[in-house]
Amino acid sequence: MKQEKLETRASRLYKKRSTMEMAWRQLRRNKGAIIGLVLLVIIIGAALIAPLLFDYSTDVIGMNVRQRMKWPSLEHICGTDELGRDIFTRIVYGARYSLAVGVVAVAIALVVGIALGAAAGYIGGLFENVVMRICDIFSSIPSVLMAIAVVSALGKSTLNLMLAVGIASTAPFVRVARAAVLVVRGEEYVEAARAIGQPDWKIILVHILPNCISQIIVQATLRVGSAIISAAQLSFLGLGVPAPAPEWGSMLASGRLYIRDYSYMTLFPGIAIMITVLSLNLLGDGLRDALDPKLKR
Amino acid sequence: MQGAGSCALHLLFDGANMYKYIIKRLLMLIPVLLGVAFVIFAIMNVAEGDPVYQVAGPDATEEQLEALREEMGLNGSLIQRYFRYIGNLLKGDLGTSYISKMDVMKLYFQRLPNTLKLASLAMLVAVLISVPLGIIAAVNQNSWKDTLAMILALIGLSMPNFWLGLLLMLLFALKLGWFPSGGSEGFISVVLPAVTVGVGLAALLTRTTRSSMLDVLRQDYLRTARAKGVTERKVIYYHALRNALIPIITIFGVQFSNVLGGSVLAETVFAWPGVGRLVVDAIDQRDIPTVTGALIMTTMLVTVVNLIVDIVYAYVDPRIKAQYTK
Repeated sequence: MKQEKLETRASRLYKKRSTMEMAWRQLRRNKGAIIGLVLLVIIIGAALIAPLLFDYSTDVIGMNVRQRMKWPSLEHICGTDELGRDIFTRIVYGARYSLAVGVVAVAIALVVGIALGAAAGYIGGLFENVVMRICDIFSSIPSVLMAIAVVSALGKSTLNLMLAVGIASTAPFVRVARAAVLVVRGEEYVEAARAIGQPDWKIILVHILPNCISQIIVQATLRVGSAIISAAQLSFLGLGVPAPAPEWGSMLASGRLYIRDYSYMTLFPGIAIMITVLSLNLLGDGLRDALDPKLKR
Repeated sequence: MQGAGSCALHLLFDGANMYKYIIKRLLMLIPVLLGVAFVIFAIMNVAEGDPVYQVAGPDATEEQLEALREEMGLNGSLIQRYFRYIGNLLKGDLGTSYISKMDVMKLYFQRLPNTLKLASLAMLVAVLISVPLGIIAAVNQNSWKDTLAMILALIGLSMPNFWLGLLLMLLFALKLGWFPSGGSEGFISVVLPAVTVGVGLAALLTRTTRSSMLDVLRQDYLRTARAKGVTERKVIYYHALRNALIPIITIFGVQFSNVLGGSVLAETVFAWPGVGRLVVDAIDQRDIPTVTGALIMTTMLVTVVNLIVDIVYAYVDPRIKAQYTK
């Protein structure tokens, strides 16, 4: 009995691995996706080791008036800002904020969105209608404005920024999950699972959701990129991570004040955002091609 | 898009059904708009602090505060206040700004033309860039032109729009001096903000145009056209593009909301006095009636534009209409 259980589990594992292996083989052939993946690994790595390389209170937010407004040089490869802080150090450290906000915001959107979407698709009827209309409501509010409203209501903090961006990006996940459930809801194996008396949540989790996992991975990868941009936008407007934290958007906001004479201050944080989002987009597009052959051209 | 070629541009216009469709859509709009208003109203009402203190100043007595609360419509539960707000909204009253003491509706309509000017010019810029680029990419699929167009689109998608605005400002306003770096002195001031928002949208539209063109280029009716001896140019720009435009129009409607969102940032960067700036300034000053009113009005605008796009779409493509008139 035990042996049998182990075997089925082993075969399930093996099968899962082989789909993933196939996707990985596809992905490896995609130059763009590999470039994106490598860039992303470097950025995440930099974000992880940043606290080991730099001391937060002296290197990242400590003022150094004698070194203020230095143009890029060998000593400060991205120059220094109005308080004499090394911009490169702040950008590397800032990756922690952007990545954290992007990932947590998308995680919020993903969990809430998938739970609601899957339940809506599975239960159907009035519940589905209500959820989808709420989804309509949230998607008709421009997401920037939505996030602005949430932050201004809850107050400025990193956590609220994550919440705001997360709430503003939930609706697409609801749609993806619901659509995926609708496709397989009537399939025989779902009926079979119901017939042997499996609870609904288990059917959704074990039998239905794995079918849309690839779509969800793709959506999530691409959404992290747009969440990073949204977070930077809010910080740029002064509604994001509070100063003096080295958030890229707020670095751009302070750089903007000196754009006429010290343009490098506006240049580098923007490049950092662009490269990060670009790597996520490259990887996301590659994943879509690898996981969903139907969309491939 | 199977069969799109044969029927999409047929403009089969069946009067009664079309009216039914429009009425149905209008009725569906009401709960969405009420919901939007409720969501925004509720969010803005959890904002910390009682605005009464802000308006009354530190020396007001409890009675004065109570009277003021009533005057500002802040008494009663959230639901009561919401219905009062909706009632007033139907009469065209969005309340009074805490800061400027002006009518919010009036404030909004003062700023709206500027935002619409920015948004429509941005959309024009987006079409002028993306449609040719998307067509070139699709027609030369997998060539270097295609790759280049797709790389440009990807970079455009990955760039924070306001940063692009800052770069444009740096180059064209501060270094070259061709355009003003901000303000609203006539048409010339809107060029840089419109290009900023437009390029961001163009990135997305280029991808849509390309894939939509690729879809259409595979259709049989194009082979027929070629077989009849229609020139390649005419096949692409006349036969293919007209059908490829249908999904592009839809994306356009959906993106109108993002254009308005993007213009919030562009307006801040270029000090363009539109609705976005109104909202951002009002948030800085904790001017809740202005924020609430402007957000609700903007969302309504987005919803109505989307409805119009859908109706145009249904008009062009009878299959959509059929879904609603069953």
